[in-house]
Amino acid sequence: MTAVLLEVNGVTLQYKTPRHLVTATYRVGFTVYQGDRYVILGPSGCGKSTLLKAVGGFMPPVEGSIRIRGREVDAPGPDRMMVFQEFEQLMPWKTVFQNVLFPMKVTKKFLPEQAKARATAVIEKVKLTEFQDVYPHMLSGGMKMRVAIARAMALEPDILLMDEPFAALDALTRRAMQQELLSLWDQLRFTVLFVTHSIEEAIIVGSRILVLSPHPGRVRAELDAGNIDYTNIDKPEFGAMSKRIHKLLFGNETDHAEANEVNQGARA
Amino acid sequence: MNEPQHRPEFESELVDSGVIGDVERPLSFVERVVNNEGVQRLAILVVLLVVWELYARWLDNSLLFPTFTETVQTFWHDIRSGVLIDRTITSLRTLALGYVIGLALAGLFTTFAVASGIGTRILSTLTAMFNPLPAIALLPLALIWFGLGTPSLVFVIVHSVLWAVALNTLIGFRSVPETLRMSGRNVGLTGARYVGLILIPAAFPSILAGLKIGWAFAWRTLVAAELVFGVSSRSGGIGWYIFEARNDLDTATVFSGLLTVILIGLFVESVIFRTIEARTVNLWGMQR
Repeated sequence: MTAVLLEVNGVTLQYKTPRHLVTATYRVGFTVYQGDRYVILGPSGCGKSTLLKAVGGFMPPVEGSIRIRGREVDAPGPDRMMVFQEFEQLMPWKTVFQNVLFPMKVTKKFLPEQAKARATAVIEKVKLTEFQDVYPHMLSGGMKMRVAIARAMALEPDILLMDEPFAALDALTRRAMQQELLSLWDQLRFTVLFVTHSIEEAIIVGSRILVLSPHPGRVRAELDAGNIDYTNIDKPEFGAMSKRIHKLLFGNETDHAEANEVNQGARA
Repeated sequence: MNEPQHRPEFESELVDSGVIGDVERPLSFVERVVNNEGVQRLAILVVLLVVWELYARWLDNSLLFPTFTETVQTFWHDIRSGVLIDRTITSLRTLALGYVIGLALAGLFTTFAVASGIGTRILSTLTAMFNPLPAIALLPLALIWFGLGTPSLVFVIVHSVLWAVALNTLIGFRSVPETLRMSGRNVGLTGARYVGLILIPAAFPSILAGLKIGWAFAWRTLVAAELVFGVSSRSGGIGWYIFEARNDLDTATVFSGLLTVILIGLFVESVIFRTIEARTVNLWGMQR
């Protein structure tokens, strides 16, 4: 269970806007082990989403290397399934069932009968069985997100890449989704790389937290949060962890420490 | 003194909402019939026909404006004698040929255009040049190049279909959300499979709009072109039917030809395209 899955070494990422060459991250390095719930946390504009896209293979690093199971990442692939923040990641022309089935069909990773059985099983896991023949536009935001997670998990990727998947949800749904993700992880023990700008979410969801500095993103710390989740959200260790991260991100200006979310709203 | 008034908290039992009856109640039969789009359209049609009939009777000049009943009689007579059906089939065959070739070319052009930036610019420039050019204006040129006959007609139809469809498809492809593109590439789709499985369905509302515009352009171009040079080899089309009748000053037959053009237009728009829409973009919630 302690195998190294993903190695990111000294990765610098740059992208061009029509007017500027933006450096998103500078020499970022970290290692994700099998079964980790690895969270990348940082304020808006620290390049964490860009970093996730690079791991997804959508963007080559200017410097450094990204390896998954020792193999260099050079293109998008179904071994790294992405779950996005936006709801429009589902294909509106396919039902929930067809959406979940689609990656398995395209990649031919499973036999047709096996793929169908897997789709049914994973839809049941995310509690959407009665909606499996419904088109995405009839689902709520939380349900769409569950379909996206189910679709990614059904393929059994090496790693699940989640780009602020719950950021567009309302607070109550978001909490429910965090718990659901954790209970799915308890059952299936997949590896997930999770990007967020919420300190609270990072502590609840993560077993390891990589703290990135703002613009350009550089590694500030890597913390262990495996023993803290939503069951001890009112315990002192939760508050202590939250304060520690806050300090790492903003130095000593902790006067407005009640602000739990780092730059809510705009996405990195 | 600007502090809000302090008030006690309270919790209460839910009020019984049974008095308003069912939370969901089906609309009555009459309400549903009146709200039905088809019924409303039919009612509009009936009113128009009644106005036509009354006006024509009041005018009482069948050379200028035949009555609806007279037109329908001629229409029915020509259908039973087979003339009208024959003419319509000739037209539709030419139309189908031009439409299919136009679509194939549009598909080819847009595939080329999405593959590269320069392709996009070539197609944008071409559509900007040729889309405003009326197809019928190319007919004289087509006659010189292809002579009197079906090839000339097909050429102008292709011209009228190609640019409208290509333009709409390109716009549709461009407006596919980035997230959807990425989730397609994420599962390893590239090239033709990526276009076929992600771009085309995602851009379908736009493509369908292009198909509708292309069909309308093609149909009117065809009828107009047939009016200009009429017969192609032995069998003329619906435009020729109208043209012949005008030469004979047989206005009722002209009307019955126009009626045919309208009926086919209505059928394609409200039966064929409507069905496609209901089974695709409406079902998928991509268009209301």
